[in-house]
Amino acid sequence: MAGGAGELSLSPARIAGGVALALVVALCLGTLLPLVLAAEPGRGIGPADRAAIRFTLFQATLSAGLSVLLAIPVARALARRRFPGREALVTLLGAPFLLPTIVAVLGLIAIWGRSGLASRALGLAGLGPLDVYGLGGVLLGHVFFNLPLVTRMLLQGWGAIPAEHWRLAAQLGMGPGAVFRHLEGPMLREVLPGAFLLVFLLCSTSFAVVLALGGGPAASTVELAIYQALRFDFDLGRAALLGLVQFAICLVLAAGLLALGRQAGFGQGLGGPVARHDAARPLARAIDAGAILFAAAFLLLPLGAVVVRGLPALIAGLPAQVWPALRVSLSVAVPSALLSLALALALAGLVTSVRRGLLAEALTLMGLAASPFVIGTGLFLVLNPLVNPFALAIPVTLLVNAVMSLPFAMRVMVPAMRRAREDYGRLADSLGMSGVSRFRLAVWPALRRPAGFAGGIAAALSMGDLGVIALFADPETATLPLTMYRLMGAYRMEAAAGTALLLLLLSLALFWIFDRGGRWLDRA
Amino acid sequence: MTRLLLASAAAVLTALPALAQEKPVLTVYTYDSFTSEWGPGPIIEERFEAQCGCDLKLVPAGDGAALLGRLKLEGARTDADVVLGLDTSLTAAARETGLFAPHGVSPALDLPVDWDDDTFLPFDWGWFAFVYDRTKLDTPPASFEELLDAPEDLKVVIQDPRSSTPGLGLLLWVKSVYGDEAEAAWARLKPHVVTVTAGWTEAYGMFLEGEADMVLSYTTSPAYHLIAEDDDTKAAAVFAEGNYLQIEVAGRLKDSDQPELADAFLAFMLTDAFQDAVPTTNWMYPAVTPAGGLPKGFETLAKPAKSLLVPADEVPALREEALAEWQAGLGN
Repeated sequence: MAGGAGELSLSPARIAGGVALALVVALCLGTLLPLVLAAEPGRGIGPADRAAIRFTLFQATLSAGLSVLLAIPVARALARRRFPGREALVTLLGAPFLLPTIVAVLGLIAIWGRSGLASRALGLAGLGPLDVYGLGGVLLGHVFFNLPLVTRMLLQGWGAIPAEHWRLAAQLGMGPGAVFRHLEGPMLREVLPGAFLLVFLLCSTSFAVVLALGGGPAASTVELAIYQALRFDFDLGRAALLGLVQFAICLVLAAGLLALGRQAGFGQGLGGPVARHDAARPLARAIDAGAILFAAAFLLLPLGAVVVRGLPALIAGLPAQVWPALRVSLSVAVPSALLSLALALALAGLVTSVRRGLLAEALTLMGLAASPFVIGTGLFLVLNPLVNPFALAIPVTLLVNAVMSLPFAMRVMVPAMRRAREDYGRLADSLGMSGVSRFRLAVWPALRRPAGFAGGIAAALSMGDLGVIALFADPETATLPLTMYRLMGAYRMEAAAGTALLLLLLSLALFWIFDRGGRWLDRA
Repeated sequence: MTRLLLASAAAVLTALPALAQEKPVLTVYTYDSFTSEWGPGPIIEERFEAQCGCDLKLVPAGDGAALLGRLKLEGARTDADVVLGLDTSLTAAARETGLFAPHGVSPALDLPVDWDDDTFLPFDWGWFAFVYDRTKLDTPPASFEELLDAPEDLKVVIQDPRSSTPGLGLLLWVKSVYGDEAEAAWARLKPHVVTVTAGWTEAYGMFLEGEADMVLSYTTSPAYHLIAEDDDTKAAAVFAEGNYLQIEVAGRLKDSDQPELADAFLAFMLTDAFQDAVPTTNWMYPAVTPAGGLPKGFETLAKPAKSLLVPADEVPALREEALAEWQAGLGN
């Protein structure tokens, strides 16, 4: 790609990338091996599993398509409008995605459920209650989780179009059509395939949401089939087989979509505020206002329900056990986010510097396609004969969380790294820069902002994570989500709602700190 | 970062044996909610340690099915001396692992059914039931038939048998009531089912949010609301065909390095010190009613006249078939 002669050697950066890639592959693919070795002859993949594979592909395609389509007008509106509360709204976009599934489901049904707000409003008009359970419920849940994520990714994309281009477009008197053709279209073409892929993978490995809102066993995913194989049938071989199916889907899709996502090649601008000449038309105003109102209502109402349910318990005081759990969660989330960033940096360096970078990038996406149950079981089989699994509870959680949030970090880091290489790579080569100084002067400045965003996502994801490593869970080191589930399991729904709200606020705070940190470094 | 991790892991590893060497350690694998601060775990641990001169280590491993899964993963190498929290839908599979030893006692138990299992000892039990809100549902169905025939706007939330213990209980319940007609029964239940959740927690949460008139839970669930929240609006429906039993059991491991302590724990398990903690922490009936009787409030609970239970050794053969009927009846 943009690599100069100096980059073809085995640089330390490339070795670091190779090591990171090996780690990801070992954790995702390598953990299947112990399952296969320990497996007794099982049933293999049956008709119910095939139905699950079909439904998974179907709902994940629809969920991802819908999330991406709806995110485009929302992100464009947020990119070109300034209004009070915009910053807060953009921050809150990070919220749904990091809610523990059960909290999100309860928040969603408080609005869309049979006795939710919408049903009660319909009731006033003499209409029957809403019934979202089924494919509609699954899509509702997945769009709620992922629309904000895609919006954030697209916002980054809009932000990457240099202000100079907009000024030029204004001088040339480009209308909305021309602006789309020359500026927004190419940017979308770069960002959308990756965003679609991420959401597809997220939706294809979810199962609690799918089940809860899907209305019945017809809504079963591959992930549920894996869970069933491990838990109900204890058929390790079938679990491994289904795990492979998930990877195969991921890799085929990743190869296709990443190849599709061509670079926009805007080049580097000098920064500065973007004045959108095309935004003043009344029609554009109306569309943007509609998009923002829609997104705000769609996201904030269920979030509001979570806040309303949790606030009384949060104010009245949470059970004492919540606070040590909070410490555990933070001590996992922060190092895990830093580790994820380090891995993403190394891998982005590798992906953008070698000819077959696409394959490496596709491989890193396996972190999302990997079943947490398979990773946990595989690691347990490998580690248990050697060490006490409890002793490794924190390091293993940290590592698995870092690898699972890696695909998000990669989505924002790779394009930024590629841009840095294109814009400054040749200059750096000609100056003979290498090693630390090259990274510090020619690469890092372009990465600070995306790195902050990626770190924020990783930290928040890691906070909200649950049960990736149930087999390693130490009684003394319960995380915040686990404590919340335990409260619910003991009927203490109010205290659990308060804990969920605390979790939400903390995840958001972490996300905000990382994201701000990136921007602050960028300005400093 | 990696070096830091390795160093901290090594530090933890070297510190652990040093701490543990003072007293003999009895390791008990159990389900997660048993060990939670609100479960029986902390009380049991304190009371047993006061008399055993040992360190009782309760290790949480998901739910009952995950517990068995973990034991299978570890095999004979397991650290567990006792496993507590399997139920009769799992005991046949657990016995088949060959990891358990006979308990060697013949206790007097207060169960609705006879108990003659020589490997597993019950510690508590309960009936599965559909729980409803008295203020919203005047006349709950009095039988499965009435539930299946009820107007379509009577809605229930149930759990998936593949991922939850109550879900599996319902699967066997319907199979015991309807036998070969189970698939048709599921198809008749389908219009009443709002959704099928992965676990009890989601289902119960949705019921409390008002998403359904009834939720699959236990006859003892209303006791929590009554005793802990002073709320008597929740009740459990008793069905004329009978309600399905869940009997939770413990067993000791053949290769335990603490056989005496394991026996002592199983004996302790059936004394008042253990049993009187069960009703208001695990919200189940104790396997042996304590001398002081059941806590106030339990007398208000609905009691099914008939208890259903598929014999433990018939479960494995029945399960596949029942699951296929469930999928066919409820799916599509």
